[in-house]
Amino acid sequence: MKRFLVRNTPGFVFLTPWLIGFFCLALGPILASLFLSFTHYDMVADPRWIGLDNYLYMFGRDRRFWKALGVTFSFVALAVPARLIMALAVAMLLDKGLRTISFYRAIFYLPSLLGASIAIAILWRQLFLADGVVNKVLALVGFEGPAWISDPHTALYTLVVLAVWQFGAPMLIFLAGLRGIPRDLYEAAEIDGTPKWRQFTRITLPLLAPVIFFNLVLQTIDAFKVFSPAFIISNGTGAPSDSLLVYTVFLFNEAFKFFRMGYASALAWVLLVIIAFFTALAFLSSKYWVHYENERD
Amino acid sequence: MNATSPELTREMEEAAAVAHRMRVAREKRARNMRLMKHVFLIVMSLIMLYPLLWLVSASFKPENEIFSTLNLWPSEFRLSNYIEGWEGLPISFTTFFTNSLIVTVLSVIGNLLSCSFAAYAFARLQFNGRNFFFALMMMTLMIPYHVVLIPQYVLFLNLGWIDTYLPLIVPKFLASDAFFIFLMVQFFRQLPRELDEAAMIDGYSVYKIYWIIILPLSLPAMATAAIFSFIWVWEDFLPPLIYLNDIKSYTVPLALRLFLASDGTSAYGQMFAMSVLSLVPVVLFFVLFQKLIVRGIATSGMK
Repeated sequence: MKRFLVRNTPGFVFLTPWLIGFFCLALGPILASLFLSFTHYDMVADPRWIGLDNYLYMFGRDRRFWKALGVTFSFVALAVPARLIMALAVAMLLDKGLRTISFYRAIFYLPSLLGASIAIAILWRQLFLADGVVNKVLALVGFEGPAWISDPHTALYTLVVLAVWQFGAPMLIFLAGLRGIPRDLYEAAEIDGTPKWRQFTRITLPLLAPVIFFNLVLQTIDAFKVFSPAFIISNGTGAPSDSLLVYTVFLFNEAFKFFRMGYASALAWVLLVIIAFFTALAFLSSKYWVHYENERD
Repeated sequence: MNATSPELTREMEEAAAVAHRMRVAREKRARNMRLMKHVFLIVMSLIMLYPLLWLVSASFKPENEIFSTLNLWPSEFRLSNYIEGWEGLPISFTTFFTNSLIVTVLSVIGNLLSCSFAAYAFARLQFNGRNFFFALMMMTLMIPYHVVLIPQYVLFLNLGWIDTYLPLIVPKFLASDAFFIFLMVQFFRQLPRELDEAAMIDGYSVYKIYWIIILPLSLPAMATAAIFSFIWVWEDFLPPLIYLNDIKSYTVPLALRLFLASDGTSAYGQMFAMSVLSLVPVVLFFVLFQKLIVRGIATSGMK
């Protein structure tokens, strides 16, 4: 018993803050939220058990839930590939033979740091006004732009553009990955006269697969959780016509505007399941397209 | 023997000339490629920077010029947006910036302390269930904040913490940002174990080893974590939005939103000026610590 204590005490002393946080701020709340999702709870009366009603209402009758789900999936499907392709393309451009790389790298990364701020969300709202800067620039090249944020058909694209503008973080990760590809592979391919695009599909893509996989998982999870820009651009409502009603904005309004805490908890759990599903999907599919360098096939 | 026949010499010279021409052409092609690349990258940099430049220029423009022209250079530089914007809301921005600074600095301290504690335990100490707890910690990385949001809100409400900074700061002292634990574990593992062992033989306790050996050697990792946690907390929006109702306790992002909420059609210049000021600390950190930030992302995959 004494040996057990001697062995374990230091570890758990250092782990204590995290353990308290884990039980009180992570595990406890997750279970509480699961419980609340089966209740009707308005923060005035105690939670009242209603079984599966929240979920039945959500999937069966709540049109806004499906709308929010659709908006979020559209956003993820547009923003994640666009951002990753942009990040990879620019990383490859920067990778070879430029001495000024750190200059460009800094400029391209800056939006990723600032992009999460409310200042930028506010700026975006003004840039995409019907008579805003974007349409003025478009007019210069003889193009009549739409009303962007007040047009339900185009509002989501402003969010996508904002997401692509922040391609810097995955770009840095791609750059680090590209550094790890041995140069002599390209030299050998060059001597064999292999065309460039073939070098890309046969050398770069396969060797970069682990990094692409990592970025894909990270960016997808991130995109599902997008909140601030949608909240600010739509003034907290998801307007126009719910076209900016991403899932988290919907959840926020159910919880903190209408105080349907039970229903919002059910929404939160569905989000958790969706994210877990896509993460698991990525990991399960990875063995078909991701090969790590140190394994033999 | 006619090895050096004039004919052969001429052929060799020709071959050399052809090779030379090819090399020159290749170099020229490479130079052109580089030039094109630079032109492309510069144009792209300008497009990337344009929104930010526009924001800065708008903050100096007279109100009627902001949306009427694409010209980035104001007809006259005006500081009035900054001066009036600072007092443009019912409460002065002095309060908002002070509030933000308090929350951010305390959060950074909390993150560094609690996360390095946990990371030290995971990376350097032996105890039962270490791998199990480490796996749990990694799983919390995936959990969306929205899932824990409502129960946390109920908890903090019952503790009477609404309209205080406790809901924003206390979680940081409980290592709730698992990302930083992960970052530090990666770093701690690289430090040579011989150091711990030598100190152990000299009679140092594990607590002293953490404080005297591990922490000082981990300055780069600590700095990276500090920078990112400063920037993220500074820009944080959802938690303050939920926990702070009293305008006197607002942080800068919440205050900026007030410019939008008030239907002030005339306060764009002020809103942009204060937006610029809110970005200054982030840009400053970026300029000062660019190397650490870039390396931090490349090695840990943070956003």
